[in-house]
Amino acid sequence: MNGNEKSPKDGPRAQPPFGRVVNITKTFQAGGNTFPAVKDVSFQFRKGDLISLLGPSGCGKTTVLKMMGGLVPSSGGLIELEGRVISAPFPGVGVVFQAPTLMPWRTVLSNVLFPMEVLGKNDARANKRAHEILNLVGLDSFEHAYPRQLSGGMQQRVALCRAIIHEPSILLMDEPFGALDELTRLEMNDLLLDLRRVTGATVLFVTHSISEAIYLSDQVVVFSKRPAVIVKELTIDIPYPRSAKTRFLPQFTEWERQAGVALGLVHQ
Amino acid sequence: MSRSISRFFYPLAGAAIIVLIWHYYVVLMQVSIVVLPTPLQVLKSMIDNARILTEEGWVTALECVYGFALSLAIGIPIAVVMTYSRIANQMFYPLLVASQSIPKVAVAPILLIWFGTGIKSKLAMAFVIAFFPVVVDTATGLRSTSPDLLELARSLQCTRLQTFFKIQLPSALPSIFSGAKIAVTLSVIGAVIGEFIGSNEGLGNLLLTANSQLNSPLVWASLTVLSVLGMILYGLVVLAEKLLMPWAGDVDLKH
Repeated sequence: MNGNEKSPKDGPRAQPPFGRVVNITKTFQAGGNTFPAVKDVSFQFRKGDLISLLGPSGCGKTTVLKMMGGLVPSSGGLIELEGRVISAPFPGVGVVFQAPTLMPWRTVLSNVLFPMEVLGKNDARANKRAHEILNLVGLDSFEHAYPRQLSGGMQQRVALCRAIIHEPSILLMDEPFGALDELTRLEMNDLLLDLRRVTGATVLFVTHSISEAIYLSDQVVVFSKRPAVIVKELTIDIPYPRSAKTRFLPQFTEWERQAGVALGLVHQ
Repeated sequence: MSRSISRFFYPLAGAAIIVLIWHYYVVLMQVSIVVLPTPLQVLKSMIDNARILTEEGWVTALECVYGFALSLAIGIPIAVVMTYSRIANQMFYPLLVASQSIPKVAVAPILLIWFGTGIKSKLAMAFVIAFFPVVVDTATGLRSTSPDLLELARSLQCTRLQTFFKIQLPSALPSIFSGAKIAVTLSVIGAVIGEFIGSNEGLGNLLLTANSQLNSPLVWASLTVLSVLGMILYGLVVLAEKLLMPWAGDVDLKH
């Protein structure tokens, strides 16, 4: 049932994993009935990994993500990060949504600094870091612009900066590039990999794009339709940095096929 | 360029057409000055009575501004309480809605008994008539905060006060302003009703007095000043909106 058999390429895991999810379940109540949304999901990951949760729309993968951030309580099972059991929001988590979700009344810089402000760490150092990461995503000249003056892709880059400003140990991304056009999306994929390299953050990435999941990830967890059950786990051992060429590697196509089969899109 | 010209040109042209029709109707149909003075007679009356119109206008303006301020100062907190306390909402929201079915004019005599013929009863009338849209629009604004932003706040473990002041209140600001724009025009109506019911000053009182003397040009002059007053107050709210919400401007850097 649980799909976390170790791939031999991972090598032996001597120390406990950075994060693990053990048999988590989520049921929703509606009108006296209970609906299972997530069923017996288990997987684990190492520090600095990028894990994609891949599945059809509305399958419950977002719920898994929210449970991992302590934003939604689970109905059963265990979530552990760095040895701590997660059941409520905790410091050190960054979130990115499908929509940029910026505050229209704040400038780009002020949006990025929002987490630092709330955490009471909005000092010169935070400001310097904000400049650095805005520079990294190519928005340093837009610091004083308002969100509505930016394109969707630019806004999402600001949202990315906001999510990493407080150096979270884990970054939760809920279909962050799903609303963008294909070209912007490819660009954002590379940007995300760059940011991860620089920050060393562990990333959990929800998507319904097979190629995006494989391109970005160390590990892809494939979910079935609702209720979400893990139907396949892929370890993507293409070395980083990845590039456009990566997409044309034979393994890449093979993983796409395997994920397609697991999702019931491709028949064997 | 031509857009900014047409923004002023068309409304002015529209007004000019109406004024011309008015003028020629009165002249050609030989309407009595008591029934309907010509625009020029109204203008002349405004110039002749400039001092009294300014003085009375000032009184009415103050009533409006105070009544409007009161409707914000009381309406916004009511909306906040209604939004965050389900019990308060259930207890008082139906009453609040029911109170709006009472014709406000009918309340005026009561307010007169409570607050006398001075400015207080006008202010109360302006408040009674203007606060409801403030409550409704503020509550709508507070409820329509983006759920994702609230989730962000939770993930950062914002306190309730932080969430309110940093996210919900600014999110509601556009709605608060749309309520305020309605309220400010209603406050003019409220002030004039108050003056009609019992007062010895203000434009409403001047209008009634002129009416009883069959001084129609002065009636129309008072009306004109009232409408200008309403437009100025509305313009001030729009100005405040622009100043408080600079992000909502129409600058565009997208390329």
